[in-house]
Amino acid sequence: MANEQQAPAETKKPAEAKPTKRSLPWLSEAIVPLLAILTAVLIGAVIVFISIPSNKLPAFDLSLYGSRSDWFFSTLPERLRVTLSAFTGLFSGAFGDWSKPSTIPGAISNTLVESTPYILAGLAVAVTFKAGLFNVGAEGQLLMGALGSVAVAAFMPQWFGVASIPAIIHLPAALLAGVLAGAMWGIIPGYLRAKTGAHEVITTIMLNYIALQIMDYLINGVMKDKSATLQRTPFIHENAALPRIISKATDPSLTGGQAYPRLFTTTSSTWDLRIHMGIIIAFVMVGFIWWLMNRTPKGFEIKTVGENPEAARYAGMNITGTVVGAMGISGALAGLAGTSQVVGLEYNLKAVFSSGLGFDSLAIALLAKSNPIAIVPAALFWGALRTGAGAMQINTGISINLINIIQALVIMFIAADQIVRWIYRIKQAEGGKITFNRSWGK
Amino acid sequence: MKFTRARGVGLLGIFIAIVLIFAVNNSLGNKITEKSKIQSIWDFTSTIRIPDSANMKVDPKAPPVAAIELPTMITISLICGALVIAGGTLIAKNPERGWVAPYMSSVIALGFFSILLWAVANNSVDLSDTLSRVVRLGTPIAIGALAGIVCERSGVVNIGIEGMMLTAACFGYAAAAISARAIYGDALPESAVRGVVWMPLIIGILGAIVTGGMMAALHAWLSIRFKVDQVISGTVINIMAVGITGFTRTNFLLKFESPLRTGLPQMPLGPLADIPLLGPILFDHKPITYLMILMVFGLNFFLFRTVWGLRTRAIGEHPKAADTVGINVNRMRYRNVIIGGMIAGVAGAWFSLEGSFGFDDGMTSGQGFISLAAMIFGKWNPIGAFGGSLLFSSADALQLKVQAYSFDLPSQFMQMLPYVVTLIVLAGVIGRARPPAASGKVYEK
Repeated sequence: MANEQQAPAETKKPAEAKPTKRSLPWLSEAIVPLLAILTAVLIGAVIVFISIPSNKLPAFDLSLYGSRSDWFFSTLPERLRVTLSAFTGLFSGAFGDWSKPSTIPGAISNTLVESTPYILAGLAVAVTFKAGLFNVGAEGQLLMGALGSVAVAAFMPQWFGVASIPAIIHLPAALLAGVLAGAMWGIIPGYLRAKTGAHEVITTIMLNYIALQIMDYLINGVMKDKSATLQRTPFIHENAALPRIISKATDPSLTGGQAYPRLFTTTSSTWDLRIHMGIIIAFVMVGFIWWLMNRTPKGFEIKTVGENPEAARYAGMNITGTVVGAMGISGALAGLAGTSQVVGLEYNLKAVFSSGLGFDSLAIALLAKSNPIAIVPAALFWGALRTGAGAMQINTGISINLINIIQALVIMFIAADQIVRWIYRIKQAEGGKITFNRSWGK
Repeated sequence: MKFTRARGVGLLGIFIAIVLIFAVNNSLGNKITEKSKIQSIWDFTSTIRIPDSANMKVDPKAPPVAAIELPTMITISLICGALVIAGGTLIAKNPERGWVAPYMSSVIALGFFSILLWAVANNSVDLSDTLSRVVRLGTPIAIGALAGIVCERSGVVNIGIEGMMLTAACFGYAAAAISARAIYGDALPESAVRGVVWMPLIIGILGAIVTGGMMAALHAWLSIRFKVDQVISGTVINIMAVGITGFTRTNFLLKFESPLRTGLPQMPLGPLADIPLLGPILFDHKPITYLMILMVFGLNFFLFRTVWGLRTRAIGEHPKAADTVGINVNRMRYRNVIIGGMIAGVAGAWFSLEGSFGFDDGMTSGQGFISLAAMIFGKWNPIGAFGGSLLFSSADALQLKVQAYSFDLPSQFMQMLPYVVTLIVLAGVIGRARPPAASGKVYEK
């Protein structure tokens, strides 16, 4: 997006235009994020190298090694091997073990499944970045979306006293409920920000905790599946489920008698994949947000309010409406992320539902520099990292929390791109620095 | 009639009062049974006891100094009536300034008091214990708010206080556990088994302070040297804290066996602690709570009565002017952000060494953000922020207190109370709050 804005300016002065920027504009945009990831992963490797769990190494024995430092140095090759295996574990978890081809579809499908909410939540955060807002509330909005959709998906036939509702009504109703619940949870902080000046970082975090308690209350109360021992809602109705793309038929004994839809049914366990239509919805939303931000007056207003609220006010734009609208769109997208997890993947809502998706989506939006199209590779990278981390933890005993450290480092290097530019001697690009409405008050 | 902040707050107060009175009415109505011999909701009484702190140690069943029996329904009705009248006045008069924060504080404080009375209908509650909890739970919030004040008064927004607290809690505990093992080996010495071993605990607190300072140094480095947006930089601190502490906990702390079993001890201040009501509230606490009270008044003195304070305020309000008279703005900001981080480190130590002993993932549970709200509520003044902290911690104290009674409101609603109160206060008060003028702005010569 920054390219498009810069492009006309460059054509006017062809003599000074840099050739690299003209031939591969996306590369010069992507180079800093890529190097940021590389640096963060390298630092992660150093952390793994130092802190390998003791059961993976020869034990420290005073009679064999003179001191702890001798032990450290004599285990260097072993440490290197474990570090490498951590990263091969990360890779094979995300993309399959390439020596065993049957694991590949499953791993890639898991990565795509994991990336689906990241794309939607990343988009959600990116929209607010464009409006100069820092939405840390994707987590809460996602929870509310999940709650809204599960309420409709599992209980709607009950409300009308019928056995089932046709999928053509039930599925859209479930999606809509999730989107609206998420949007509501985004509009509250947006309205507070625009009308009272309460800073969205604090209000959205407070709303995250509130959403968590609401979910806890509902799952243990009116929405609890009385027959289940676990704290969870009943399974959603099969007509409200998003179809999986290719998978075995569901075993109704495991899903409370529901037979969930599949586009293609298979019997091979290699092709028993979890990937669902949510990813298609996510791609559609990427296109929609790109269109909204770049091709409509609303998108222009959002960007203007974000870049220069004063100018927007002088131009007669409705600042309150734009801020509330941007937060509403953001909440709706985050709510859709929660919805697609419920109706596409989980089929019910458990007490442990989302794990830090809100912070992850911040990282993704920063990584993509709020560009809707760039959200896709950023989210896929993140999905691969998360999927692989599980395998890594099993293989090497290295805590999955390593990923959180890498994630914070990535954000740090993206936000302070001077560090990366300084390390790799890359020249400073013009503009493109991220700033937000900073003051606490109005 | 124009919709203004004062009118909005008045309307909210009236709404809360009316909801409260209906809820209490409904709840007590359901409690009337044959057995309890209570005929109508007007018969319920809530007893508030003020125990005799001096004699309690000798005889736990010593009679209380006072036991005030309040008719539940009548008291709550009077409180709600007063709130409705005050709210109506606020709507009618629409005062320009000065009345929103006091009204809001009294809605919250009296609302909490009513909920307490409601919970202990036909029962009794220990007032000094409840209020002493408020001070105890307010400790990390107040210290965090002080950390925020030091940073923001010098012009750096610090949204990373939560992360600094969390990291400090983790490494403070680690420092205590490891040093205990280094000093005493596998088991504590005989003499220390029952008593408290101070050495490792003090090392733990120092470790927490150093950790907080280091995280703050990172924040300062990113936001001053690299001019990163301060909100992003603070978020980096918060996310990194989750990663580092989770990693440290699963990889090291869970496997590490330390002889240390107890954290900082209760330290009643001699005869002062025996004063009824006041004693337990102010003079019967653990060390960091006393430290918090000292820090509140200390920072107030340093900020408004010393050269350092004047310079700090100057670089937060008008860095250019400060630079002109020869103050090195960025060096001063570095120093103050690191001092702020060290203060946040003390709050971190509270979580893992005083409030409970041990470290859990995410144990700060948003208190760092609540302390920012307390800071804003107190208008960047240490004593005001202390008041704000007590307001927020009373929500937590109330929530913990009513768990002991069979109470009609679901526990989840009580648990979300601190966050809801923070949200309401932020929305209601902030417009009147004026942050330091240069807060959040990068200083460039």
